[in-house]
Amino acid sequence: MHKIFTRSLVSSLVFLFTLTVSAVAKDVKAAFVYIGPTGDHGWTYQHDVGRKAVEAAGFKTTYVEGVPESADAERVLRQLANSGHDVIFTTSFGYMNPTNKVAKEFPNVKFEHATGYKREHPNVSTYAARFYEGRTILGTIAGTMTKSNVIGYVASFPIPEVIRGINSFTLAAQKVNPNIKTKIVWAFTWYDPGKEAEAAKALIDQGADVIAQHTDSTAIVQIAEKAGVYAFGQASDMDKFAPKAVLTSVENNWGPYYVDRVKAVANGTWNQKDTWHGIGDGMVVISDLDSALPADLKAKVKKLEADLASGKVHSFTGPIYDQKGNLMVADGKTADDGMLAGMMTYVKGVEGDIPN
Amino acid sequence: MKLPPKNLVCLWEGEKLIKIVKRDQPSRAIFFLTPVLAIFLTLVAGGLIFYILGFKPFEALKFFFIVPIADMYGFSELLLKATPLCLIAIGLSFCFKSNNWNIGAEGQLTFGAIVSGGVALLFYNQEGFYILPIVLLAGAVGGMLYASIPAILKTYFNTNEILVSLMLVYVSKLILDYLVVGPWSNPEGFNFPETRQFSESARLPLLFEGLRIHAGIFLALAAVIISWFIFYKTYLGFQMKVSGFSLKTARYAGYKGKKMIILVFLISGACAGLAGVGEITGPIGQLHREVSPDYGFTAIIVAFLGRLHPVGIIFASLVVAITYLGAETAQIFMQIPKYTGQVFQGMILFFLLASDYLLFFKFKFIGSKK
Repeated sequence: MHKIFTRSLVSSLVFLFTLTVSAVAKDVKAAFVYIGPTGDHGWTYQHDVGRKAVEAAGFKTTYVEGVPESADAERVLRQLANSGHDVIFTTSFGYMNPTNKVAKEFPNVKFEHATGYKREHPNVSTYAARFYEGRTILGTIAGTMTKSNVIGYVASFPIPEVIRGINSFTLAAQKVNPNIKTKIVWAFTWYDPGKEAEAAKALIDQGADVIAQHTDSTAIVQIAEKAGVYAFGQASDMDKFAPKAVLTSVENNWGPYYVDRVKAVANGTWNQKDTWHGIGDGMVVISDLDSALPADLKAKVKKLEADLASGKVHSFTGPIYDQKGNLMVADGKTADDGMLAGMMTYVKGVEGDIPN
Repeated sequence: MKLPPKNLVCLWEGEKLIKIVKRDQPSRAIFFLTPVLAIFLTLVAGGLIFYILGFKPFEALKFFFIVPIADMYGFSELLLKATPLCLIAIGLSFCFKSNNWNIGAEGQLTFGAIVSGGVALLFYNQEGFYILPIVLLAGAVGGMLYASIPAILKTYFNTNEILVSLMLVYVSKLILDYLVVGPWSNPEGFNFPETRQFSESARLPLLFEGLRIHAGIFLALAAVIISWFIFYKTYLGFQMKVSGFSLKTARYAGYKGKKMIILVFLISGACAGLAGVGEITGPIGQLHREVSPDYGFTAIIVAFLGRLHPVGIIFASLVVAITYLGAETAQIFMQIPKYTGQVFQGMILFFLLASDYLLFFKFKFIGSKK
């Protein structure tokens, strides 16, 4: 009798325990894998701002920073999938293959890979932002503000994302100032303050009086501040690092997307998607415009921002010619996403060749 | 006043004296004990740092050093991580033992990965048992070629091998960048900086289903055994030892220094190159910009922590490997910044160098003064 009682007590306890465990499992936990330190004030910093938005929405989050894109990424992903995380955001291109590999082993965990194109399993989504829309605005400002008609551009790696940015920037600058030239220096890094600073100095020495960047550190805007030229913040609002130089910044705003996706996991409505959001969806945000901008330019920029958001204006509207004068996009047409995704040629007005 | 003999240092002048005395000969027992002492001091200092940062020190240390290897998967990851470190450190110990300061193992690894990756891409979509051996050989040859540059420059042009080998690291990374961005990039890959995935025949076989540990570990073990044999059972090993103690003696004994310098660099390069192939044909499966998280540099710590002894290097590679895994676990479960892993690696080296003082000096208690 006594034994039976103990046994039933134990089994009911076990039952209760399973109940609580399954109740806990409904609390969705999100994990974030970062390429750099959360304090880079660029790419990773902005993803972490997005993670904090997820926390603020009432979900638990975990992050691992400085995860190299070597064999280590796969272990970190597997460990996160194994330790009760329901959705994992992998925020660098190099995590693409490990993400898909681990996703296959954990079909119940959702994976969200930033900037990649492989969705080999139903639990993998990809997302990216149309940063080139922000660069259309920067180009408009740069083309108007330059006096030397030479605009410097510090680029990271010759991949479509970066080429697209250079083109979008140059096209917009040419529209307001047909005489401008865009000079590119390739830093071959996403984050290396020393190299970025040297690249910026080289451009200033070549007569550039506005510097744009597609690298993540604040070194370039600080060099611009010292040299008395203009610059633009990248990824986050960099105004506080160079109040005079920074005319505006293009901010990566991942928060709304992250909250949305984690909520979808919690509600069971998560589905595989390929997201490419721009200014209209709030994934790309233009920071406050500097007081150095004349009022008419400010108004023009505000209108352009609204038109890009509504889709009335497209960054790549024809006619667009490449460096050799071949037609890339016909008059009145706009470039489709396929063309944008694989863009590996400069438009007319960009100086130099794509390193290859 | 009578001055104490030169090799006596008075630590405390009072009723009793503790004196630091220079040893006649470096102590052999302490030679192998100091790495253990260094690890112990690192743990104490690490615990202290965790405490200051507001974490429970013992819990943090548990997540750092025990939790990561508590299951089979974790243990296999430890071996996976230790394999390249061990392999490179064995190679480096050939150089370091004989007074050749090869700091560029990272470059030799990268170049080995480049050459073998190129060969693996030649066999894209092909099958055959012969592919993997060719790819592995290509990696070793690549590493040797790259290591021969500082070796030849040192022997024939008297350049400093530290500078040359270090600078070549950056050159190798730029070559890799160029190849994966340009000519070798995946044609279906939207111009992203990576090559195609290698065919299965070019991949190192996995040892267990579901674990990432691969046949490359046998390369490391073979290197351990062969190096032990060379160090302690051959004339070459003896020559290296003598050159390490005194280059003048080696010259006086009539050893052909140039030949040996080139040979140790080639061995070192081959090991680093093999570590590079192990990464790309093992867990990674393609070439991209980040083949190694600086294994070539970390292996320098491993080589010294292991006292340039093959068995010591096995243990040292496991200890250093766990600082990588532990840093990840500690961040996932305790939100301790992952970069503390590097702090631990730095502390191990620091304490090792500091406790080397005990090799040459000892404390002596000299009772009462009267």
